[in-house]
Amino acid sequence: MSQTVLNPVYRKRLLVHRVGIALSVCAMAIGLIFLAWILTTLLIKGFGALSAGMFVHDTPAPGSDGGGLRNAIVGSLMMVLLSTAISTPIGILAGIYLAEYGEGNWFAQLTRFVTDIMLSAPSIVIGMFVYALYVAKVNHFSGYAGSIALSLIAVPVVVRTTDNMLRLVPNSLLEAAFALGAPRWKVAMMVRLRAVKAGVVTGVLLALARIAGETAPLLFTALNNQFFSADMNAPMANLPVVTYLFAMSPYDNWRDLAWGGALLVTFSVLLLNILSRTVFSQKTPN
Amino acid sequence: MSAHPPITMDLSKPAKPDVEQARMLSTMRVQRMQDFIFHKTTLLFAASVLMVLVGIIISLILGAIPAFAEFGPGFITRVEWDPVNDQYGALIAIVGTLSTSIIALLIAFPVSFGIALFLTEICPAWLRRPMGTAVELLAGVPSIIYGMWGLFVFAPLFADHVQPLLKSTLGQLPVIGQLFSGPTMGIGILTAGLILAVMIIPFIASVMRDVFEIVPAVLKESAYGLGCTKWEVVRKIVLPYTKTGVVGGVMLGLGRALGETMAVTFVIGNANKLSWSLFAAGNSISSTLANEFAEASTKLHTSSLFALALILFAITFIVLSAAKIMLASMSRKEGVK
Repeated sequence: MSQTVLNPVYRKRLLVHRVGIALSVCAMAIGLIFLAWILTTLLIKGFGALSAGMFVHDTPAPGSDGGGLRNAIVGSLMMVLLSTAISTPIGILAGIYLAEYGEGNWFAQLTRFVTDIMLSAPSIVIGMFVYALYVAKVNHFSGYAGSIALSLIAVPVVVRTTDNMLRLVPNSLLEAAFALGAPRWKVAMMVRLRAVKAGVVTGVLLALARIAGETAPLLFTALNNQFFSADMNAPMANLPVVTYLFAMSPYDNWRDLAWGGALLVTFSVLLLNILSRTVFSQKTPN
Repeated sequence: MSAHPPITMDLSKPAKPDVEQARMLSTMRVQRMQDFIFHKTTLLFAASVLMVLVGIIISLILGAIPAFAEFGPGFITRVEWDPVNDQYGALIAIVGTLSTSIIALLIAFPVSFGIALFLTEICPAWLRRPMGTAVELLAGVPSIIYGMWGLFVFAPLFADHVQPLLKSTLGQLPVIGQLFSGPTMGIGILTAGLILAVMIIPFIASVMRDVFEIVPAVLKESAYGLGCTKWEVVRKIVLPYTKTGVVGGVMLGLGRALGETMAVTFVIGNANKLSWSLFAAGNSISSTLANEFAEASTKLHTSSLFALALILFAITFIVLSAAKIMLASMSRKEGVK
């Protein structure tokens, strides 16, 4: 056995194989190291800044001490919830159309294609679109504008998952419903959609995770607000933009708050991701 | 339910067929109407996705018209970007966007390939799920976090340890030495490219993993049966089979890198100048937009930013379309075993 190893061709092949495998393991290690590095940085710097005061005080004025992120947290929550409320029905209904009427239909194919592209479209351009369409017309930044921009980003995510999930439903289930005389809309809404409820919820959670950390589209839509405001029709503080502005600022307490905000944003996003994954595991309809 | 009269099978009174039939017909008519409304409603919502795209394109073009009217198509190749004198050209931003994205791809492609290979061929089955989840978590980290980490943690280390090293080795080479010259500030085009690479690795890796899994087991097993090593199977069976999908995944990553805003804005340095050195600060299209759009005072400035956005959207649209088409042709293969 050990003699065959001496064959130079064989030895070279084995060497190439070993180097290739080793490099592949290195690549995986690099990925994990960066993940761990980013998360530990965030934990160390973020927990240092985290305090109860962060949730009860508003963002501080330049040069003043302390302060918190209450207005930004509330603003983010309001905008993300509103855009989820907007994008969920739109996304689900569009997804139903694609799954129900999408077979061999050029319009549906085109919509699918466009949805896929919108999934990765630069979010800052979407912010500019909403600016041109809404902010420039009403002449002020507002929480509504921010919610619209976030909705435009969330809709493709919901459409795609809904469409994919619905197409997993076995035909026999639909045929059984049709055989009972149910009209198409009833089959679609009450049999097909219901069978993949968990999967559709996954899509909504993924969309939430996607928009919760979006900064770029909010820069020109919701902007920021130093004070607490629950008025969606006025500029609104939100965690990502506050984190961005504070991180770039020269004040130490602002930077600390930025790390605190970054920690909050990241862990809510990752939590949503994990949550959607656990719901996702029950996706297959029986 | 109780609204309907109970159906009785009373044979002494023969059912009136015309009444029964009329009722059934009217039910069918109502249902057909409902189905029609359902069809058109869902169609409307699906169309809204298309409308948004059309709307984006139209509004970008409308916004960009004054800039193109002032500078002509030469706007794309003009170097000047001077808000003080109201002179604008897109070249600095385009070069910044392309160079950071290309650096990101050059680094991300081999690493993603390694990760996908590890996840599909090497990793023991019990470790596959946690490892895959870890990679996907990397994709879930918001881009602003990459930016902050890049600026406050990565850039100082990079300036102190890596850049001097690059300067003293690659920087001494005749032609490419220019790329690694200049002051080592830690931020700049190269750093932005590296951060982008970390960001797009999970995207490319997960697409590659998906396409690697499409390869029929029979093909791989035949190769193993002939005595191929694992590396040879990957290199000569898996890769050729999934070529289109792999390129599609890379294009998808490129599309992401081109449009990425926050991470780049933090670390690119935001300087409107052109330099051969990758250590120098620059500007990408998206970082220019993020920095200047809210503060643009003149009409021409705003319009030039819209023109930049239009260029960015056009480039990403083409790249992402190519990616989508390649991946679609890949998934068609999935059924053929």
